[in-house]
Amino acid sequence: MRIVVGQGSCGIAAGASKVYDAIEALIPNTDSELTFTGCIGMCFLEPIVDIYDGKELIKRLVKVQPTDAEKIIAFINGDKNAVNDIEICDDDKAFLEKQTRIALRHCGLINPEKIDEYIADDGYAALKKVLTTMTPEDVIDEIKLSGLAGRGGAGFPTWFKWNAARQSQGEEKYLICNADEGDPGAFMDRAVIESDPHNLIEGMLIGAYAIGAKEAVVYVRAEYPLAIIRLEKAIEQAKEKGLLGQNILGTDFSCEMRIKAGAGAFVCGEETALIESLQGERGMPRLKPPFPAQSGYWYKPSNINNVETFANVAWIMLNGGSAFSAMGTENSKGTKVFALTGKIKKGGLVEIPMGKTLRDVIFDIGGGIKNDAQFKAVQMGGPSGGCIPAHLLDTVIDYKALGATGAIMGSGGMVVMDESTCMVSMAQFFLDFTTKESCGKCIHCRIGTKRMNEILNRIVKGEGKDGDIELLEELCYSIKDGALCGLGQTAPNPVLTTIKYFRNEYEAHINEKKCPAHSCTELISYTINPELCKGCTLCARKCPVSAITGELKSAHKIDNDKCIKCGACYNNCKFNAITMD
Amino acid sequence: MDCCCNNSDLSLIMPVLDKYADTKGSLITILQHAQEIYGYLPTDVIYYIADRIGESPAKVMGVATFYSQFRLKPVGKYLIMLCQGTACHVNGSQKIEQAISDELGIADGETSDDGLFTLKNVACLGCCSLSPVMMINGETYGRLTPDKAKEILRTLKEKAKEE
Repeated sequence: MRIVVGQGSCGIAAGASKVYDAIEALIPNTDSELTFTGCIGMCFLEPIVDIYDGKELIKRLVKVQPTDAEKIIAFINGDKNAVNDIEICDDDKAFLEKQTRIALRHCGLINPEKIDEYIADDGYAALKKVLTTMTPEDVIDEIKLSGLAGRGGAGFPTWFKWNAARQSQGEEKYLICNADEGDPGAFMDRAVIESDPHNLIEGMLIGAYAIGAKEAVVYVRAEYPLAIIRLEKAIEQAKEKGLLGQNILGTDFSCEMRIKAGAGAFVCGEETALIESLQGERGMPRLKPPFPAQSGYWYKPSNINNVETFANVAWIMLNGGSAFSAMGTENSKGTKVFALTGKIKKGGLVEIPMGKTLRDVIFDIGGGIKNDAQFKAVQMGGPSGGCIPAHLLDTVIDYKALGATGAIMGSGGMVVMDESTCMVSMAQFFLDFTTKESCGKCIHCRIGTKRMNEILNRIVKGEGKDGDIELLEELCYSIKDGALCGLGQTAPNPVLTTIKYFRNEYEAHINEKKCPAHSCTELISYTINPELCKGCTLCARKCPVSAITGELKSAHKIDNDKCIKCGACYNNCKFNAITMD
Repeated sequence: MDCCCNNSDLSLIMPVLDKYADTKGSLITILQHAQEIYGYLPTDVIYYIADRIGESPAKVMGVATFYSQFRLKPVGKYLIMLCQGTACHVNGSQKIEQAISDELGIADGETSDDGLFTLKNVACLGCCSLSPVMMINGETYGRLTPDKAKEILRTLKEKAKEE
């Protein structure tokens, strides 16, 4: 039998390495093999251990602790019931069964550090087909037929970019992969690189062949050290097998590939800023046109795509563009990967065909809201996106339909919020982010986001003024008009969507000095109900600033001038005598 | 803060510069190596790099201050990277930040008096399903509560004492 431990970054953070070590210590007593895989995608069940008999998965064990190692060994030695208590339940199994995996097709199934496992699962077959039977024009036509669009968020047709780079004059061309996954709350690209790096390499090589590039660069976030290590190994292995470098697979096609680690700047997700950063400069966007297809890296024709875009390419070449375009809606083809997080029961990676609804993802696959709380909104597209409220849960996942809500498809971050999330504070959180991440080139973005952040800060502190909402809106529209790049043009989206759907929350903060979600600390007040207070003194003892007074067995009182709104009394009272308002 | 005329051992960075100084577009890579060697980017090292690659110190400084990865001050033995991503924010990262500040008496970007801990708020670490999350010297700690965060810091303090 084969024991496989899921070791993506999430799994390792949850303790998968310790589980692996514990099993490794006992494995010599068996005739089984111990190995690992990348991200299985069910982050809420990590650490996960799979047991295979040949190719068949016979047991999937979840939330495994190092102390469970003995049970696992007992199971492979024949004790059929040894692991029953840590086996995945049917309800959780459905999380994967309800998905359609193309970009993630090998994730959690193969060892990302072994090229042979990738090759055994149809790996590099698409590259071989392309190099031996197709012209670059054929490749571009097939991508056009598939309807594949940029998965980084903008949704621009991939074939169009490839074709533009192909048509550009010049011998020296570059293919670049944008793996600078900066949206807070998104980790799809990291999972693909950590779990299936060869799929990325294969997709990039096909892209390089199509545009006529001899050099390819992957720009990876520095915050993803494991992804960099695994991709480095994969590049080495591909070189050894003659799949990368000179005369790939014995053909005339040659392409080198290297990794460039980013240094932490959200704006570098913008393609021209990324190019500046690749050239060792401050990552400040260039004026477009000329577009990178004409003048990109070192001012040569260049093509930039996102990780997930490339992760679909090999599948399309093997199965045909029409198989891909058969999935999805009129204007959005194929599948999309989402990183489902926040106040969700089952968080993880979800890949589904376009055309499913938000409700399908959040409730059917994600199992609904943590602690069965009330669903309030879902944030999509990070700092460039917006919050979609509960009454739009049946919106279909499609570039156009999501855009119509004021949010965007985005790169795939899907952060779920319940009634305890304050939408004004959420908007402020994103503006704080974009203020810090603005590169400073355009005045509207540099100063406009700062002013918006100041206004929002005032509102969440209860110092909002009449006219603040209108002022925010005015700033939003002028920043959208005045900014050069996508960062500035989309920075107002979180504010605009929350004003659109949750204007009452803004008004409550400004007019009544109340936070309806009871989240903004400055606007909360605690009082003790004398009818319910038993005088147990627990709250007075827990209060860090001695703001609560009262005799034993008599009702206590909170001095609101001293209170720092930490909530210690509220959280500790055993008689529900403390109310939060 | 360190004096600006810090006497860094420049011989440590020489092999890096021998390899990259003449390759155009390598400044970020050079700075990443320098930070790995010195723990931060000392001023004299910045001057030396500028000299070797034939650029002005202002230009090198411009790049170093643009990216959040680079530090101009030394950090403590333990670098706490507290995730401020959306999922962590929704799941209470502010309370964790408060707990760390209470425990160590430092705010974002500061180093504790004993030189043990530096707190740095970072953009998403990508472990959203374990939020709220912090990473200390490469190890990730997930599903934090204020008490759990304090406990982890105390354990590290004890560990440092024993060493």
